[in-house]
Amino acid sequence: MKKFTKLTSAVVPLNIENIDTDQIIPARFLKATTREGFGENLFRDWRYNSDNTPKPEFVMNNPTYSGQILVAGKNFGCGSSREHAAWAIQDAGFDVVISSFFADIFKGNALNNGLLPIQVSEDFLKQIFTAVENNPEITLTVDLENQTVAIEGKVLPSGEDLGGAENFEINAYKKSCLINGYDDIDFILAQKDLIEEFEKG
Amino acid sequence: MQSPPLLGGLGGAKMSKTLVEKIWDAHVVKSEEGFPDILYIDTHLIHEVTSPQAFDGLRKRGLPVFRPQQTVATADHNVPTLNQLLPIKEELSRYQVDMLTKNCAEFGIELYGLGHPFQGIVHVIGPELGITLPGKTMVCGDSHTSTHGAFGAIAFGIGTSQVEQVFATQCLLQSKPKTMKIEVNGELGKGVCAKDIILYIIAQISAAGGTGYFIEYAGSAIESLSMEARMTICNMSIEMGARGGLIAPDQITFDYIKGRKFAPAGQDWDKALVYWKTLYSDADAKFDSVLTFDAADIAPMITYGTNPGMGMGIQENIPATTAQPEKEQLSYQKALDYMGFDDDASLIGKPVDYVFIGSCTNSRIEDLREVADFVKDKRKADNVTVWIVPGSKQVEQQAKNEGLDKIFEAAGFQLREPGCSACLGMNEDKIPAGKYCVSTSNRNFEGRQGQNARTLLASPLTAAAAAVTGVITDVRELLEKVEG
Repeated sequence: MKKFTKLTSAVVPLNIENIDTDQIIPARFLKATTREGFGENLFRDWRYNSDNTPKPEFVMNNPTYSGQILVAGKNFGCGSSREHAAWAIQDAGFDVVISSFFADIFKGNALNNGLLPIQVSEDFLKQIFTAVENNPEITLTVDLENQTVAIEGKVLPSGEDLGGAENFEINAYKKSCLINGYDDIDFILAQKDLIEEFEKG
Repeated sequence: MQSPPLLGGLGGAKMSKTLVEKIWDAHVVKSEEGFPDILYIDTHLIHEVTSPQAFDGLRKRGLPVFRPQQTVATADHNVPTLNQLLPIKEELSRYQVDMLTKNCAEFGIELYGLGHPFQGIVHVIGPELGITLPGKTMVCGDSHTSTHGAFGAIAFGIGTSQVEQVFATQCLLQSKPKTMKIEVNGELGKGVCAKDIILYIIAQISAAGGTGYFIEYAGSAIESLSMEARMTICNMSIEMGARGGLIAPDQITFDYIKGRKFAPAGQDWDKALVYWKTLYSDADAKFDSVLTFDAADIAPMITYGTNPGMGMGIQENIPATTAQPEKEQLSYQKALDYMGFDDDASLIGKPVDYVFIGSCTNSRIEDLREVADFVKDKRKADNVTVWIVPGSKQVEQQAKNEGLDKIFEAAGFQLREPGCSACLGMNEDKIPAGKYCVSTSNRNFEGRQGQNARTLLASPLTAAAAAVTGVITDVRELLEKVEG
């Protein structure tokens, strides 16, 4: 699994709530039998018209915004369990998704692929959206070891600093998986004798 | 398979437990501070869409499927619902379904594929074959695995990395969920179905209101429901964010299971029954959250937006954007724009283009019987295309044995072959852009049933009423006419 420790990047803001996995990757693109290549269809129907021309108003088609951090409204990743959603986000170049609330299955899928889902407070999420709106070039620094996410740099032309930082929670085991790049299968396989013991009752 | 584990502590005083805790604790292989539990999985269901990458993962690691006999496969998401015995026309779909056949053969997994009399939607065939049983842990790479909770099982959807994990170890690393009890008491009104109960609950607590929880449904209105109706309720637990939803097994459950293909029989049945009868939440068990609803408050429901929480009683008006919390107004307005609906509008009388009766939520024999009973001697409106997609080959066969196919044919309803079909439009069963579909499925997300398609979720009865009148209709009015 891909390792993650620290990242400083500009952000792509998607201020919409309840983004479901059908929006992240529509079902008609789930026919592939490998994990690669889903990025080009990430947010397909928000990103492209039905004749495949880009929709200029969608944030990923706006050259002003770029970066490895996707910031989205609350209840991100609800709906289907398709792991293709996490693969698509990662394949499109993102390493972190920030929201004020994640759906359970999406969150687990992301963590199992080295894509870091960070849950921040509603207030801090709003602060990030406001900061990017005022200055698309601001960056966020995500530090997994210290479990912090910080808005870096001057936000307003007046020089006013809208920056700020917040701590985030992450399961200690999952954190060590991300930092070291190992996964659940490695962990369970190392204890296979316990499983056989359990089966014997 | 596992013999039923003994419950209760060794020696010490027995702690009060919820049903979820009883089943969970009986399946913990290892619990260690700071780590998720290693949870043993009794049954793993798989299908063509979320398994190929997991099989590839096994090959890369050089691992077999650890317990292939506890794994059952079917092809459902991506299969045509017409002429199923002909080769699948669409190349990628055919490849994916063929890949499942190849993988199951290579790893020694039983497959109920196209042409098999047991083929069908994974969450329909598990129960009807007696694979789904009380007290089991069950997973599938599909979020509607919560359906199986209707039998008093811990059943939940997983991602493909976890499918690989279960293949490799028959276990999952999983933190114990919080528990929520949702009680629905009293009697349901005429024309109100199980689907209305769950759409009502989701509308009350929102599409995220159950996240982090396993839900136990209880109360007199739930206890009086058939197994099919209970499955409809548990199925949509995920639509409020809960990974699982379950109902304590009772005589209705046991009667449903007895005699089914893979259900225990003889002495095994007696032994199982003793265990199953211990599967209830202790009277003083503590839930993390408890909600109570009155069945009499529930009307036939319909959704007006693009998540299942955006639902209302069919006689109500669409809530105004300004009545939403300020930070949610943008998303709310976006949803109404997508649907082509206005604030404060009533949906009654609104023309519909398609009616879809099917999906793991509402494609069981009871759903088809209910629809047939309603449409007998009626005909669909000219402006509506009606698809009925049975949940399995067995449901399809039973519908034919009971003559329901004749009723549907006379009504102009198209009875198709089993699969997930227009619930998610992976095959060719798509709703065209801009069209309105009253659907008995579980998700009204943008584009779910086809690019720019507009979905209104409802019960089979409400869907049938729309099919007959061609517009959104309060089914209670039609039921009254019949009686009057």
